Amino acid sequence: MAVLAVAELKGDSLKKISKELVSAGRTLGTPVVALLVNGNDAQAKELLGAGADTVVKATLANYSPEGMANIVSAVAKEKGAKIVLAAHSVLGRDYAGRVAVQLGANVAADVVSIKGSLENVELRKPVYSGKAFANIRIKSPAVITVRPNSQEVKAHSGAEAIETSSAGEGNVTGKITSTDMSGGSKIQLTDASIIVSGGRGIKGPENWPLLQALCDVTGAALGASRAAVDAGWISHSAQVGQTGKTVSPNCYIACGISGAIQHLAGMGSSKYIVAINKDKDAPIFKVATYGIVDDLFKVVPAMTDEFKKVLG
Amino acid sequence: MKILVLIKQVPDTETSIKVSGAGIVDAGIKWIVSPFDEHALEEALRLKEKTGGTVIAASLGPDRVVEALRTAYALGADQAIHIKDDSYNVLDIGYAGSVLAKFVEAEKPDLILTGHVAIDSQSSMVPSMIAQTLGCANINNAIELKVEGNKVVVKREIEGGSAVMEASTPVVITAAKNLNEPRYPSLKGIMAAKKKQVDVKAADSFGSGFAKVEIVSLELPPPRPPGRIIDGDAPETKAKELVKALREEAKVI
Repeated sequence: MAVLAVAELKGDSLKKISKELVSAGRTLGTPVVALLVNGNDAQAKELLGAGADTVVKATLANYSPEGMANIVSAVAKEKGAKIVLAAHSVLGRDYAGRVAVQLGANVAADVVSIKGSLENVELRKPVYSGKAFANIRIKSPAVITVRPNSQEVKAHSGAEAIETSSAGEGNVTGKITSTDMSGGSKIQLTDASIIVSGGRGIKGPENWPLLQALCDVTGAALGASRAAVDAGWISHSAQVGQTGKTVSPNCYIACGISGAIQHLAGMGSSKYIVAINKDKDAPIFKVATYGIVDDLFKVVPAMTDEFKKVLG
Repeated sequence: MKILVLIKQVPDTETSIKVSGAGIVDAGIKWIVSPFDEHALEEALRLKEKTGGTVIAASLGPDRVVEALRTAYALGADQAIHIKDDSYNVLDIGYAGSVLAKFVEAEKPDLILTGHVAIDSQSSMVPSMIAQTLGCANINNAIELKVEGNKVVVKREIEGGSAVMEASTPVVITAAKNLNEPRYPSLKGIMAAKKKQVDVKAADSFGSGFAKVEIVSLELPPPRPPGRIIDGDAPETKAKELVKALREEAKVI
């Protein structure tokens, strides 16, 4: 009996969600095994420091959802995992359902809270675009995807086991023939702990640098409302909301965004929400922790300057 | 080419959700086809128009989903199948994946298309469950789809970029928003759809090893803590005060 947490990388670094998964895994039971595909020992140590008892390294030379699923399933079987935790991310969605079928496991997805035991898991997940929360129970074996930024990372010491698994990609029918990461250097919206987002109020694409400057100084990712995307000011990959990305950063700074229900569906679970808008009646102020009713073209640069001063 | 499109009926985003016990109050809900499933159906119709074939729309759920299937007819689907389950719940993901996988196995389509996520449960589990059961590839978040004989070439959105994947049919492909611009049904299509036969199959007949999820409770989200409007005599003063609040009160930056 064990928990298997599947780590995820972004370039050379471990995504925060990977550590969230091992920490969350410990609340269910031990041992917690972390699977690190294509990672190194430094990343493995980070996983041990967040709650893994063992890190299993595996190699997947050519990524495919099938290959990833086959490795996860093989390691889950090897380790007798009753629970498999994966990120509710593009990658996690690729393979989680496949693993569930291979293991004959129950499934739950996009959960924000994990409690219970290795046999009975109690989960909480948003439904209907965050307009309700469901508290559910499922029995193990289970494959569960967890919303990034929803779990606390708890430091853990003592474990040092790093193993290498020979699990391979197995039978694969769909292959990647090329990738284009030209937009790849920016911080990913779904992982970001701070997001600065712009809407119709930014008036045009020529004004993104204003928001980008605030992003740069605070380490935030740049997002947008549907209005800004539909106007052709920025690519759809930046869209937050019902038909874009669902995010739950620690801090979401909405600049010139009115706060339509479709937008709230994508960012309503953010811990702190800041709204900057000229219209004092904009619905975004109803969910904002802090609001400024003023011209974003004056407020945002002033914020950037102030952050530069205090953050050095 | 036989193209199967799985569509899910979901509450419209604008609809307010009222909770009753472990479920939601159906009265007053406006049901729509989940937006990404519209993109999947559109792609199926375009493929059919280009290369011929049949488009079958299928939906799992109670009798109300027939309305979603009529929408599929109105847009140009050739056949609609209702996989009837009166007690289907939005949280029964494993169950839905298992039933739909067995249904798809029986239908033997060349291409299985659906949205990359349904906006009610936001789970995205079912497509890869179906693909694993069929022993075929799943390609999520498609933004371009080309079919060459029994080969598909799909450009998909990934974090920070895009990737091109190739697979042979059958294959499960999920649609992202940028795949296409869905058409609107014509009045003629809507009228004709009313007369078309929706085939009904019992979900039970596709048996499922998955126990249904136990829903302990359904709750409205906790109210957000009261907000504060930051006042000041100038935008710069307000900005300074906000930065201070974010640093010292919220401690998030």
